[in-house]
Amino acid sequence: MMAPMLDEAWHAMGANRLRSFLTMLGMMIGVAAVIMMLAVGQGARFAVDQSIASMGSNLFIVLSGSATSGGIRLGMGATPTLTTGDAEAIGELPSIAAVAPIAPGTAQLVYGSNNWSTLVAGTTPAYLEVRDWGVESGYAFSDSDVRSATRVVLLGRTVARNLFGDTEPVGKTIRIKQSPFLVIGLLAPKGQSLDGRDQDDTAFIPVTTAQTRVFGTQFAGSVRFIVAQAVSPEAMTAAEREMTQLLRQRHHLPERTDNDFDVRNLTALANAAAETTRVMSIMLGAIASISLLVGGIGIMNIMLVSVTERTREIGIRVAIGARERDVRLQFLLEAIIISLIGCAVGVLVGVGAAVIANLSARIPVVITGAAVLLAFIVATGVGVFFGFYPANKAARLRPIDALRYQ
Amino acid sequence: MAPEALIRTEHLFKQYETAAGPVPVLKDVSLSIDRGEFVAIMGPSGSGKSTFMNILGCLDLPTSGRYLLEGSDIGKLDADELAALRNRVIGFVFQGYNLLPRATLLENVALPLLYAGVAKDERNRRALELLAQVDLEGFARYAPNQISGGQQQRVAIARALVNRPQLILADEPTGNLDTKTSHDIMEQLVRLNAKHGITIVLVTHEPDIAKYARRLVRFVDGRVTHDGGVSVAEIEETPA
Repeated sequence: MMAPMLDEAWHAMGANRLRSFLTMLGMMIGVAAVIMMLAVGQGARFAVDQSIASMGSNLFIVLSGSATSGGIRLGMGATPTLTTGDAEAIGELPSIAAVAPIAPGTAQLVYGSNNWSTLVAGTTPAYLEVRDWGVESGYAFSDSDVRSATRVVLLGRTVARNLFGDTEPVGKTIRIKQSPFLVIGLLAPKGQSLDGRDQDDTAFIPVTTAQTRVFGTQFAGSVRFIVAQAVSPEAMTAAEREMTQLLRQRHHLPERTDNDFDVRNLTALANAAAETTRVMSIMLGAIASISLLVGGIGIMNIMLVSVTERTREIGIRVAIGARERDVRLQFLLEAIIISLIGCAVGVLVGVGAAVIANLSARIPVVITGAAVLLAFIVATGVGVFFGFYPANKAARLRPIDALRYQ
Repeated sequence: MAPEALIRTEHLFKQYETAAGPVPVLKDVSLSIDRGEFVAIMGPSGSGKSTFMNILGCLDLPTSGRYLLEGSDIGKLDADELAALRNRVIGFVFQGYNLLPRATLLENVALPLLYAGVAKDERNRRALELLAQVDLEGFARYAPNQISGGQQQRVAIARALVNRPQLILADEPTGNLDTKTSHDIMEQLVRLNAKHGITIVLVTHEPDIAKYARRLVRFVDGRVTHDGGVSVAEIEETPA
């Protein structure tokens, strides 16, 4: 029964090509919009997820504190209250898996006739571990480098490119603030951070080297911040509490005074960012769905016209034995075919537009099979839903009225 | 026991509701038609003959009274059962041929078989056979508008016959045809009646055409005024 009905539906659409095409166009635009919006939304989510993953998981950042000077309170990090000792003590906490102090500064790096100003961070090997940051060539500095404050440096991809171009940097000597440093490793590329900063535009040196030989310190062993990683997502709350207690104790802060440091949960920030993109992609999809709805209404409109136009044909079919369900099926199939063809073309157009957006405007897009499948399911649903009323109207025509219709 | 009449109407009334009030069209029509009969129905327009034909064809229902086709009461059947009856028992031949314009002649003839649930190969085989019977097998892939009116009516007859019906209802089948073609069509119907025993009920207002039948029923003003021989066909008021 289905095959000849499909054949009939196909014939009927061929009989009025322009109209069938225009009806499909509505559906096509709707589906293309949905596919494209989903692709952009998913792309944004993917980009954010990637930055979050590049940040490392279960991270805290402890900032050294604010200072009050003559009633004027300075911002966080204004006074270096944290030390490498604090970092080591935090590392002893049971809820903490790894910890790394950071003493950053901006410095000019010089190799031959090239120079490049960048963020130079003094830290320990644990930092790369916490950030899950690999070394592409050469090797990372070790704890013994930290202990003996050697002049070695790890370069980020952007720094290396600016200083060395295509030359292999590992083994070369560069100058940081006039002192010679041996490049011992090139870091793997990390890409953009959540706030859009180029994470590869940086260089790492042992924290002790930074403190004693490059930037100096206000007092022995002071660092600007400490990065700490909790043992698990569940341990985040405990870790935050324990770190706060420990630091207050170490800094001899009496009760009722403010902390002279600030513990920030980076995972919470990341989650907020992820949530934002999730909401955005849902909203994009919802807006695009409206055009799908409009396409569906277009189908219903045309089907109603078609039923009226073909009243006599329906009458002939009914006179020679078509049952209500035969007539209904015929018109439903027509609606579904229009939807599906519109959908298929819409998917192609949507995917094409997404690819073009990606290539020309560098918008990240992700096209999933699930999105395409969803589009097909929704399109069929729209066809059935909006085709049902006209099909039913056709099926319910009284044979004698249908036959007499001029 | 006498064999059951193919068609039997008992006190059929039909009225249409209009804005000006109900208009009675059939007034107490009781008629019985046996298998194998060839009946012509005549009458001026508005006499109710077309309404009567529509009821016989299960396309319309009487306001009151009973209509028995093959012994079963039409008033007690639902829409699907009526559709099945139209499909299996009745073949229609209309004045305006009523072929589907976008379908080929073969598809048109095969259409009743489609609704009867016959497989495609069998449908096409039967349809070709019927087209051959009306000498149009060479036109199977043509569209209705590519052949003449007489040929279209022959295709319609082939379509009416394809499901081997008991009854053919022909509503002014020659109304749009010239005299010679009209007689060809009528001879075809006579052959079907004589050779295959198919019951034929024909509406016409042409005495020449009515004479092919063996029984004449005349309607005037919603009632049967004559039921008998066809020789009185000429004593006919001018057709409207």
